[in-house]
Amino acid sequence: MTVKDGLLNRRLAADLDRAFPEFVTEMQGLVFNGACRWLPGKQDAEDVTQEAFVKAYRALQGYPPERIVDLRLRPWLFTITVNLCRNHARTRSRRPAQVAIDGTDTPGPETTEQSAIDLVAVDEWRTRLGELTARQRDAIVLRHVVDLTYDEIGEVLDRPAGTVKSDVHRGLDRLRSMMISEETR
Amino acid sequence: MTQPTDIQIASLLAADAQPPESIKRGVMIRTDLADQYTTLRGPIGGLYIGYTSLGVSSIVPTSDESEFLDVHSRTVGRPAYRSDELPSKLDRLLEKSLSSGKLGKLPVDLRQLSTFQRDVLRVTAEIPPGEVRPYGWVAREMGNDGAVRAVGSALGRNPVPIVIPCHRVVRSDGAVGNYAFGAPMKKALLKHEGMTPSLFEPGSLRYVGSDTTGIYCYPTCRHARRITPSHRVVFRSPQRAISDGYRPCKVCRPG
Repeated sequence: MTVKDGLLNRRLAADLDRAFPEFVTEMQGLVFNGACRWLPGKQDAEDVTQEAFVKAYRALQGYPPERIVDLRLRPWLFTITVNLCRNHARTRSRRPAQVAIDGTDTPGPETTEQSAIDLVAVDEWRTRLGELTARQRDAIVLRHVVDLTYDEIGEVLDRPAGTVKSDVHRGLDRLRSMMISEETR
Repeated sequence: MTQPTDIQIASLLAADAQPPESIKRGVMIRTDLADQYTTLRGPIGGLYIGYTSLGVSSIVPTSDESEFLDVHSRTVGRPAYRSDELPSKLDRLLEKSLSSGKLGKLPVDLRQLSTFQRDVLRVTAEIPPGEVRPYGWVAREMGNDGAVRAVGSALGRNPVPIVIPCHRVVRSDGAVGNYAFGAPMKKALLKHEGMTPSLFEPGSLRYVGSDTTGIYCYPTCRHARRITPSHRVVFRSPQRAISDGYRPCKVCRPG
């Protein structure tokens, strides 16, 4: 892990083109997993993840090195990601994408058996998360999927850390009752 | 079912989907941090072509993919991903450049080079097909007469040979000199452009003048080649030509 200790900041500031691929390697899993909880299909999550890194790169190209050194990379990257997910969901609801007759996205050719299983679990969770308010869902995904701190989440969602904390707790309570009622049904 | 705790729910929620490789590949290509490459037929055999959104970034005259990747990573320094074909506009411009022997409007991506290296290539790109110039000519055209050796080494690391014709830069005594892909390939490229082997052997004539116009040229200059044998004068050096009352050609600028 180099994002947390600021080493990657210094390397991005010193030589953006050399350090950026490592930044992608290190962060793409979290961005992709976050996007998988927010968006309806794997392809959407993949598109948004790619777009988030392209936007991040173009922004970093325009920043002076001092600014890159001081940048809080994780909340900064997820501010970009959350905005893209919101925009993506909005455009999609206005102009629904083509889906197969049975309503499922066709899995890409590179989907292995293991990742297919992962994605079923992701699908279940996306359905449950869809029942929460947007505030609770955003806070829970950033806290428990992406593993940001409450301070960092506050920065991403532009809300006080205390509010984020109570959104996470209320959201977890709702998820708990959903799981229990699914079980007893 | 017992009530799941927050920690249990959190661990069920935690990140577990593996990001597909296509994500990083797409990011690298869209930010021009990685190149794509494909292969096609060149003037004398197979070529591998590397490119980014900015233009052609590497050309390697080989049919061996691993040789291409090796040269590409040495001269360009970025990763490269295989693609099926060139974008159609680039394909059209490259085709035109290869068939005409001139760079023309073909965009090239030379970001990794120094200003000096780019200047060497810019000057070299002006040498017409079927003609050659000495290393010293390139240095002089850049306004840096003393940089002959540096010119040689910049040309040796030309990432886009053939379309930037470093094979048209030869030694001042007429010998073909070195080539990154071997002197035989350099000779083959020059022959393909219609040059006769005698023109690039060591000791071949250095400067040719016409006694009707009083102008002297490099022997491969298109103006030198139309001098009729009876009016053709040979000089060992520009100084000799000038002292005989000749002036340098404005097209090939022999110094």
